Amino acid sequence: MILLFIQNSYMQHFHSQNRECIVVTSRKLVEIVFHGRGGQGAVTAANLLVAAALSDGNKGVQAFPFFGAERRGAPVRAFARISEEEIHLRSEIYEPDIVIVLDESIMDIVDVLKGLKKNGKILINTRKKPKDFDFSNKFDVSTVDATGIALKHEILVGGIPVVNTPILGSIPRLLDRVTLKSIQKTVKEKWKGDLSQKNVKATQDAYDQVEVNI
Amino acid sequence: MTSVMIDTGNYIAAKAAVMACPDVVAAYPITPQTTLVEGIAKYLHTGEFKGEYICVESEHSAMAACIGASATGIRTFTGTSSHGLLLMHEMLHWAALARLPVIMCNINRVVGPGWNIWADENDSISQRDTGWIQFYCSSNQEIFDTVIQAFKLGEHEQVSLPVMISYNAFILSHTSMPVFVPEQKEVDDFLPKRKAKWKLEVENPITFGNIILPNEYEKVRKEMQDAQNNAKELIPTIAKDWKKRFNRFHGGLLEYYKCDDAEYVLLSMGAIGAESKVAIDNLQKNGYKVGLARVRVIRPFPTEEIIKLSKKADLIVIDRNISVGNEGVLFNEIKGALFGMSDAKVYGFIAGLGGKDVTFGDIEIMCKKAIKGKAKDHQIWYGLEEV
Repeated sequence: MILLFIQNSYMQHFHSQNRECIVVTSRKLVEIVFHGRGGQGAVTAANLLVAAALSDGNKGVQAFPFFGAERRGAPVRAFARISEEEIHLRSEIYEPDIVIVLDESIMDIVDVLKGLKKNGKILINTRKKPKDFDFSNKFDVSTVDATGIALKHEILVGGIPVVNTPILGSIPRLLDRVTLKSIQKTVKEKWKGDLSQKNVKATQDAYDQVEVNI
Repeated sequence: MTSVMIDTGNYIAAKAAVMACPDVVAAYPITPQTTLVEGIAKYLHTGEFKGEYICVESEHSAMAACIGASATGIRTFTGTSSHGLLLMHEMLHWAALARLPVIMCNINRVVGPGWNIWADENDSISQRDTGWIQFYCSSNQEIFDTVIQAFKLGEHEQVSLPVMISYNAFILSHTSMPVFVPEQKEVDDFLPKRKAKWKLEVENPITFGNIILPNEYEKVRKEMQDAQNNAKELIPTIAKDWKKRFNRFHGGLLEYYKCDDAEYVLLSMGAIGAESKVAIDNLQKNGYKVGLARVRVIRPFPTEEIIKLSKKADLIVIDRNISVGNEGVLFNEIKGALFGMSDAKVYGFIAGLGGKDVTFGDIEIMCKKAIKGKAKDHQIWYGLEEV
């Protein structure tokens, strides 16, 4: 098993809107963007992730949706920030350290790589392998069949597999700041009974099955 | 024992409101305030909220219900946003003139048309002359702490005025952040039951809001002004008491951030006020002597503190509002406060209207323009006007 840790130390980044500003980001801040479709639970995923990060001792966490004209099936984004210190940022995330794609088909219509930092990571819900993506030579690509895992554990809403919780299990493989244990604890607090058990097992599968391109 | 709760600004506001033990909550849902009402409904369901929830058919009725309830000497709370706040306008004057400490969260949202649900402070700024005390928050923790402090302030016998706690749509209302929540008993110790100076009682009938002749009415207004001035003293006092009890402090009328030795001070509010801290850190790292005074309260207006700031520094002001035909309200009122009292230069920027994102990079650019003398002496629409 190869564990990949975030490498955002001493990274200088140029703000996407105002390139004249050179800013040294705190090495302690990790910014994550979720791409999904309305109804897939991208916002819930971001919320659960930061709740887990908080219980792992990250004092500054933040999760927020982009509110647009979203509706079921339309492309949506959700954002998460994780830091060891209180976060004063209130703006959107333009240059994420990690991008998470809940629905592979969205990549045909949304540039999910937009702003992704050099050495940034992208986690995709797909049956494909990391090397199947032509940008795998440029970014750290990880893949997991979260849809298959959701189907296996019968995590369904209206017959449709729900991937937001399963895919959270893969994130500790990309980011050492959040543990699988905390993610599972947060999942247990969110859902009760049978559904809770199914989701916990799904996060374990997603942790075990994620493939990385190294 | 303090516990940590992670939730959105609206749910945090609901938690704080319920912990203040209001006897009556009357509210009407409107985006993006809806989840605040939903949160209170949840606490009603679990039994944590033991007061009465009055379902109403509009915001005007919500405020009218709170006014009626408050006049019986009990504690009331409501929440609204944008057009909902504007529909309350008549009742806002009423609550303040009747000196009733109704506490309300307002989620700052754009006024339409065109239809837009994002952050903009024109809704509450346009209500600044109604006599309400107005807070602007920049984090979920500040929302929690300020809501509870607002009851103590508004109900104080030297104030007896309604208090509005505003925070930006979505940027705070729908953003999850961790918040320290004290125990109920600790809140009860800080905030005992309301003791109203007068109240409507069946056993002891009095009239209320009766005809009042010109000479007497003028005194009513003067007393409101005195009460606002009392609030100016009490806001920092209550904040310090809170700090002593809970070790959390967000500032008094202003929150000062790295202002020592500053030759320029940035004044901003709400979410931009929080983002400004990142900009100030970066600017200072690059040698710019600029600090931040985040404006937490605009009514009462922190005139004296701003004059004091201007003795040592020139001021840069960002407004997420515009009094159309004149200027951003903070810019305008700051200049008014300084007239004849200071020679400091004041640079004004309009930014973030309609919910347009204002990043630390944007704030740095605005500050640099002012510092490098590139900003003209009139207000600049950031991003729309060439400087």
